[in-house]
Amino acid sequence: MALEDICGFKNSPLHRKLSPASCFEDTATFLHMNDNSGTLLNFFMPSFLSSAAFTCRSLAKPSLTVRRPFNLSHGTTTLGFIFQGGVIAAADTRASAGGLVACPFVHKISPIHSHLVVTSSGSGADCMLWERILRREIRLYQLRHSRCLSICGTAKLLSFMLHPFKGTDVCVALTLCGWDKELIYVCSDGARLQGDIFSVGSGSPYAYGILDGSLRWSLSNEEAISLAREAVFRATHRDAYSGNHVDLFHITAQGWTNTLSAVGMFDTV
Amino acid sequence: MEYLIGIQGPDFVLVAADNVAASSIIQMKHDYDKMFKLSEKILLLCVGEAGDTVQFAEYIQKNVQLYKMRNGYELSPSAAANFTRKNLAEYLRSRTPYHVNLLLAGYDDTDGPGLYYMDYMSSLAKAPFAAHGYGAFLTLSILDRHYKPDLTREEALDLLKMCVEELNRRFILNLPSFSVRVIDREGIHDLEKITPSTK
Repeated sequence: MALEDICGFKNSPLHRKLSPASCFEDTATFLHMNDNSGTLLNFFMPSFLSSAAFTCRSLAKPSLTVRRPFNLSHGTTTLGFIFQGGVIAAADTRASAGGLVACPFVHKISPIHSHLVVTSSGSGADCMLWERILRREIRLYQLRHSRCLSICGTAKLLSFMLHPFKGTDVCVALTLCGWDKELIYVCSDGARLQGDIFSVGSGSPYAYGILDGSLRWSLSNEEAISLAREAVFRATHRDAYSGNHVDLFHITAQGWTNTLSAVGMFDTV
Repeated sequence: MEYLIGIQGPDFVLVAADNVAASSIIQMKHDYDKMFKLSEKILLLCVGEAGDTVQFAEYIQKNVQLYKMRNGYELSPSAAANFTRKNLAEYLRSRTPYHVNLLLAGYDDTDGPGLYYMDYMSSLAKAPFAAHGYGAFLTLSILDRHYKPDLTREEALDLLKMCVEELNRRFILNLPSFSVRVIDREGIHDLEKITPSTK
């Protein structure tokens, strides 16, 4: 994106042809997503969005009125919860592509700034891109306004940026975990939920089973970390699409600390 | 999956909504508020597709506030309902229709209480009582049977509890709690959440 600006891609005929601004006309009532210099956020918009065949979002999903009873996408287990000692974010490290383990050591939790991390699930490529876009926007906000955007504001910004892509195949489900003790789930469907405990992914029901039983506000730091690790481990045991290691972040007033211990899934219980 | 209900009395409107925010088979939140305050005496209850509900309801909410700032007086419930319906209708045949079902409840100082039913096809109907969701199939007959236009607040609350008990008995999904609010001449009042007793 910075490279695009330096190269003057905006002025090239290719960019004008692809004109991302057409997508924003329908959502003109929403955040216009200019930076202060007036340039629109530029993304590469897939050309099918402006074609006549794609007249209605619901046409892209003909079964919109008859929902699948159980959605088994997002091959991952991520979770986050709030307790007296701060916010814990944990995730497995397996990237699956159908039945193949594409990479056994993926970082599904990435820091956005010193007091905010985001756990990702869904399509790996989409998550990487949107994390990067979010990091850019937060950094720009920080430079312009000399303060960090709040977690709620970050979530709202992300939700509004994802909104034009609703109904396309963009699939991201991110959980923003940050100080001050906030946990917000944002997904490409448009949902934006603030809460105390979230788990996302194909292994999330198994993780909820462990967390709902044992999570208390008054846990100590060590107990909370070991609870998070156990919840992810149990999920990886049952879910084929989650596995390998457990990534763990603990966010406090001093910032995030990565307590990744390379405790593998090969330890016996 | 989600449930909204509104009951209009002679000088008040009672509304309730369930508190579950679900994603596929998981309840992600148990205390989610589906009511949006448009003004001091108007509430918009909104259910439907995940992102559409909040985006659309907040859009309506901000525009109602903007009207008040520009003109110095608030939109009446009837005007707000028609404005909402017009927006739904405009987006209906666009690339991004909003799949939301709404109840708008308000108190007008001249016309009294009003309850407006809107659905994702942008239909609008002013009704004495209304419900949205699968639960509506179970509870509309109860409302038909027991509703009277001059019911008191206690009778309306009892009627609401009857509906919630029926859902608890016959609806396959667990809806553990419902937010309840009343709108009258003095404004919007929060009532105690209803949690159906276990059977």
